[in-house]
This record gives sequence, structure tokens and C-alpha cells, in this order.
Amino acid sequence: MIVSGGAVAIGASAGAIQMLLRILPALPKTYPLPVFVVVHVPPGRRSELATLFAGKCRIAVQEAEDKQPVIAGTITFAPPDYHMLIETDRTLSLSTDDPVFFSRPSIDVLFESAADAYGAAMTGVILTGANEDGANGLRAIGLCGGRTIVQNPATAYARAMPEAALARWPSACVLGPDQIVESLIAAVDS
Amino acid sequence: MDAALTVMDELTTEDIEIRLLLEALYRRYHYDFRNYAQASIKRRLRQARQQLGVATFSALQDRLLHDPEAASRVVRLLTVQVSDFFRDPGYFRAIREKVVPHLKTYPSLKVWIAGCSAGEELHSFAILFREEGLEDRTLFYATDINQSALDAAAQGIYPISRLQAFTENHRLSGGRSSLSDYYTTGYGGAVFDKSLRERVVFSDHSLVTDAVFSEMHLISCRNVMIYFDRQLQDRALGLFSDSLIRNGFLGLGSKESLRFSARADDFVDFVKDEKIYQRRMA
Repeated sequence: MIVSGGAVAIGASAGAIQMLLRILPALPKTYPLPVFVVVHVPPGRRSELATLFAGKCRIAVQEAEDKQPVIAGTITFAPPDYHMLIETDRTLSLSTDDPVFFSRPSIDVLFESAADAYGAAMTGVILTGANEDGANGLRAIGLCGGRTIVQNPATAYARAMPEAALARWPSACVLGPDQIVESLIAAVDS
Repeated sequence: MDAALTVMDELTTEDIEIRLLLEALYRRYHYDFRNYAQASIKRRLRQARQQLGVATFSALQDRLLHDPEAASRVVRLLTVQVSDFFRDPGYFRAIREKVVPHLKTYPSLKVWIAGCSAGEELHSFAILFREEGLEDRTLFYATDINQSALDAAAQGIYPISRLQAFTENHRLSGGRSSLSDYYTTGYGGAVFDKSLRERVVFSDHSLVTDAVFSEMHLISCRNVMIYFDRQLQDRALGLFSDSLIRNGFLGLGSKESLRFSARADDFVDFVKDEKIYQRRMA
């Protein structure tokens, strides 16, 4: 499969695990893009997210470490209590800057840096959640000409986050869970 | 009328502006952020742009060059860090249980808290060393490039609202005393006992431009180098390597790693999960 230069970033909060369990395990073994994921989790020492999803996904799953090169075909979760950013040299960096909308990791921080790093080759996805984090970040990806996807609020466990994203960036594609999977796969097939 | 020039695409306009701004800050004020990790510095510069009410990074640069007070504000914004007492209790538990027994074999100790910001980690170490009976033989160096953070560290006053989390972290780190033994409260703040800072040298020191200044048994530098690019991280790690005695200890943040560094071979894992390393024998 041809590895294109793009990347996918996904942000989710309340109801995240269930939604991600529908999306991430559905990505095929040959999925060629790096997938960055921010889930709002309380600052615990170790996150169980990478372990949980590693057992269920067909592509590799890891938690980010600072300065690590971006790996294609790999899902990378932001660690608890750190922001995760993408550098233009395609490495990951972390920060302990202030929380954004009470959230660290923050979806805005990831998306805004990813928009800078990947420009139009970036795809941003906002899923279920109960606050406004991610709306500015999705807009940043949209402004760079990247693809923007928002979970249909009617299908979301918590509607506030997808609704905030749509209010801030109305031209995003509004999709249900299964369509999000199809769209992520179709984009790299074409 | 002349045709507009073609925009060459390699760097975005913003990236060019940021490089020039950081160069200006260095040339004019000798604060060197040129090798900081780009993504975070850009984020902070966007905040600075907003706070100073200017539209572009070029305009921000103009302001910084001609207005030292604004420059000082921006430098503060670029260097401010917030930590907690006993952040990542597992780290301090590992220091207590695995590193302290080694430190007890030395008659005198030097400990460097590099990038101490407002002193949360310094006070954590001072309390831990008192609990473990090492305080009297230890000299602490607490360094940062942010002078107002150093001043705050030397004052040792923290908001009462943060005490609950501090206390819980201290307990989880295996604390042998009550955190409340070390502070008194008043005027909305908790003032930590000045005896904790009696054996501390506070100093303005830059990991970017300054050199080795003493021989250390333990260096703790956590979540500081995440703001550096790899080249600068290697410089700082070289500084730590040159500062440590043989078999001296280096503690990093929980998501930092030597794996991607050119200086990785200077160190061996000591407590792998807690990112505590030991200086390799020469």
C-alpha cells in the first residue's frame, strides 16, 4: 500500500471509549497513516488506554513519548496529564502547559500543532464529549485545507463537543460512527 | 506595477517570522529559545501576540526589540512552568526506596534541581531528604532561567487551594511525616518553613548557554527538556553527564526518554519505569 504523507487526529471526551471501540478496531491492518488520539482522562500515573486498545486493534497502538518520531500505521494516545503536539519534523513532543478547557491533554493543542505540521494532508475528527475542547483545533485544520469530520451529535453520548465544533467550523462533514470509519478508510484508498 | 513575488513554500510565513523573532530575542536580550521545540513555543508566542494585542509575529518582534518591558513579559511567558509537590508520586517513591540507600553511602551530597520553576520539586526533595535523614549532609542547587520563578521558589509560598493535591501526592510518595508539619497558612497562602531552604543555592542558570558548575550526586530535571528540540536536549544531557559523579543519578519526567538522544550511551537505566538513570562508569 502507498503510504501518503497525511495523518489523522481524533479527539473525544465523555463517551470516548465506546465510540473509539467502534472506530479504531475497524481500521485495517494495512492502514497507512499515523493516528493520533486525545481522550480526556483524569491525571493518573498510567493510562490503560493503549493497553486496552492494543488488544483490540489490527494496527500498532502506543502511548506517546517525548521526541518520538511519528510512525505510519500506528495509533498513538496522548499520555495523561501531558499535552501532545506534532512537530513539523514529524516527531511528537509533549508539554505540561496549562490545561485548555480544563483538559490536559487537550484536543485543541494536538489539532492546532497537527494543522501546522501537516496542513492540507491532515484529517481531524471530533467525537462525543461534554465540553468545547477541540472546536478551535478543528477550525485550524479546516483553515489549512485539511479534512474535518464531526460525529453527528444525535449519535453522540454527549453532544456538547461535536456541537461546539460544528458551531466553530460549520463546513465539517457530519457523520455517524460507521460512516466515520468508512471515510477514514476511503480517504487512503483513493 | 511589478508582479508579486512567488511565495516559496518550504517554510510558512509564520515559521519564518518565528525564527526571526527568536533570533531577535537572542541578539537583543541574550535569551536563547532558538532550539526550543517549535510547536509549544509557537503556541506560547500566539498567547503573547494576543496578550500584547499585536496581529502578527513580525509585529510582536518589532515590539520586543523596542520595548524591553514587553520583552521581559514575553520571556516570562515563554519560561513559566507549573509543577506540583511530589508530582508523579511513584518517582519520589523510587527515589526514596531505590536511590536514597545509595546516597546514604556518601558523607556529603550535592543535588541539582535543574529548571526548578516555582520550587515545587525542590521543596519535595527537601522534605524527602529530611524524612530520610540526608538533609544535613546535602547541598541543593535550584536553577532556572526565569527570575520571577526563582524568586517564588525562594519564598516558598503556594496557594492553599493546591495543598490538598500536594498532601495526597506526598502520602502516595511514601511520606513519613505529615505535609502540614512543613507549612503555616495565612493570607490565602501556605508558607513552607524556611529551614527547608537553608541548604539551597538558588541560581539563574541556563541549560541552553551555561556550563557545568559543580559535581553532582543527583540531578532531577523533569519536564524541562520536553520544551527543547533534540539538539538542545543533547546539549543539556551532555551537561548533566559531565556534572554527575560516576554512578550519579539522573531523574527525568515520566514521558521523557533517552532513547532518542545521542547521549543515551552515557547513562544506564536504574529505575526504568520512573525514568531514573545512572551515569555510566567511565
